[in-house]
Amino acid sequence: MSAYWKANQRRLAPWLFLAPGMLMFAVYVIIPIFQSMWISFYDWDGLGEATWIGTANYVEMTTDPNMRKSFVNNIIWLVLYLLAVPAGLFIAIFLNQTVGGIRLYKSLFFFPFVISQVVVGLIFSWFYAPGFGLFYKVIEYFNGTGIAILADPDLVTYGIIAAGLWPQIAYVMILYLTGLNNVAPDQVEAARLDGAKGWKMLYYVILPQLRPATFIAVVVTVIGALRSFDLVSIMTSGGPFGSSRVLSYYMYETALSEYGYRMGYGAAIAVVLFAIMMVFISGFIWKMWRDETER
Amino acid sequence: MFPRPIQQRSQTAQWVYAIALPLALILWLFPLLGVAITSVRPASDLAQGNYFGWPSYIAFENYADVFRNTPMLQYIQNSFIVTIPTVIGSVALSLMTGFALAVYKFKANLILFFMFVAGNFVPFQILMVPVRDMTLSLGMYNTYWGLALFHIAFQTGFCTLFMRNFIKALPFELIEAARVEGVSEARIFWYIVLPLMRPAIAALSVLIFTFIWNDFFWATVLTTSPEAQPITAGLSSLNGQWVAAWHLVSAGSILAALPPVAMFFLMQKHFIAGLTLGAVK
Repeated sequence: MSAYWKANQRRLAPWLFLAPGMLMFAVYVIIPIFQSMWISFYDWDGLGEATWIGTANYVEMTTDPNMRKSFVNNIIWLVLYLLAVPAGLFIAIFLNQTVGGIRLYKSLFFFPFVISQVVVGLIFSWFYAPGFGLFYKVIEYFNGTGIAILADPDLVTYGIIAAGLWPQIAYVMILYLTGLNNVAPDQVEAARLDGAKGWKMLYYVILPQLRPATFIAVVVTVIGALRSFDLVSIMTSGGPFGSSRVLSYYMYETALSEYGYRMGYGAAIAVVLFAIMMVFISGFIWKMWRDETER
Repeated sequence: MFPRPIQQRSQTAQWVYAIALPLALILWLFPLLGVAITSVRPASDLAQGNYFGWPSYIAFENYADVFRNTPMLQYIQNSFIVTIPTVIGSVALSLMTGFALAVYKFKANLILFFMFVAGNFVPFQILMVPVRDMTLSLGMYNTYWGLALFHIAFQTGFCTLFMRNFIKALPFELIEAARVEGVSEARIFWYIVLPLMRPAIAALSVLIFTFIWNDFFWATVLTTSPEAQPITAGLSSLNGQWVAAWHLVSAGSILAALPPVAMFFLMQKHFIAGLTLGAVK
């Protein structure tokens, strides 16, 4: 035994180190993904007998108006959330100076990312509150009548996205601040001697060097947009009339809320969301794979 | 340096910057400041329509009210009881997985590594039904452990990515030299690699603490009552009861935000080092 161990230690050691982490990850993450796919072919209330219904859940989805609304909202989220990338870059450039107290300024600008989305949601609900909310008052001042954003089916999604952008911009900002810190000073000086400045400098000299930061910023922003659940749940619970639903929230609603324990249909929605996200995840993994194997 | 340092610009530009900086910060944090002020505004002010003026006095009684009339203390305690084991568990597991994936060459290495990375990005909803079901059948629904075990497993994905890259950047000669000396693999892990991991452990600990403290989705899926609910889920259910009692909602929000904010300010360097991993080459 001990001779065997001595001879094969190097071959066996990685598996022993991996075992506990892999086991946990398999049980709670990898296997449930396949279980969800399986459940999506059933009609199941979570308690009683599950009935195999083939692709009926997926067929139902194609004509489900709530599904359509959630999907459209997800696209709006995705597109508008990406505004966090230029906005974060803009703030990072604004803050990338060395004046007194700038470190504290940077930390305070980063603040919204540290606090829970539940708290962000409550803060913005207060900000939008009809009658006395600050945002409402400002609109009332300019427009004559205020707008109750969270009660307006056409505007509600934009109101929630604005709340989501607040911490997301802070996150992107910190990525770019770190990136700017590592921009090669000699290249900037050389470009300056050649007369580059302002936008040209940013576009031709700085942005190419910020590419790793931009890549990560886009990845976390896309994932964040598709994962949006907390804000929708806290600010509107999907309302009014389901107009602020997104796939992640609609899935939760069908599977677990008072609207009925339809685990099968919920799982099918989750599979669709998973498929959408897999497109982005695969792209990310593909790039990482290339970087790893090139080395 | 980009942009050009403000000190090299005109006196006017420096003045404009000196004014714009605090102004921008106030605008940026305005919603938060509003809530912070509302949290110490007496209920009578709100009733009289004094929403924006100075509070007529600083009403710490709002906080006392929250603690007295709601299970807030219990929620905070629950959050700590779920968060701390999660931090310890996921850091411990990922030290080992990260070590295995960084130090050893074997066929499945990259595949396993990318499985951890990809798993970390999947939508929570695809895990929800089976994980809830499993937690129920293990008798851990609505308990600290039910929630913490899931978090440990899920966070292992992100932590493995982090640890593996960190160990990969360590000088490999250290390990080679020890192997030549005949040191066993377990001792290499414990006596050579682990002591060098302190910055990584610190960075991951603050990050995971913040992620788990702020988690809302799993708190709502896996817990239902104040005995086990963490503060995010608690705050959400209190929000339903306190219709338009904004002074209480605000005080509760500030309380929920405090621990991660304190963590961030105490461990700022580590926090940012962890978050910006990979943002520079």
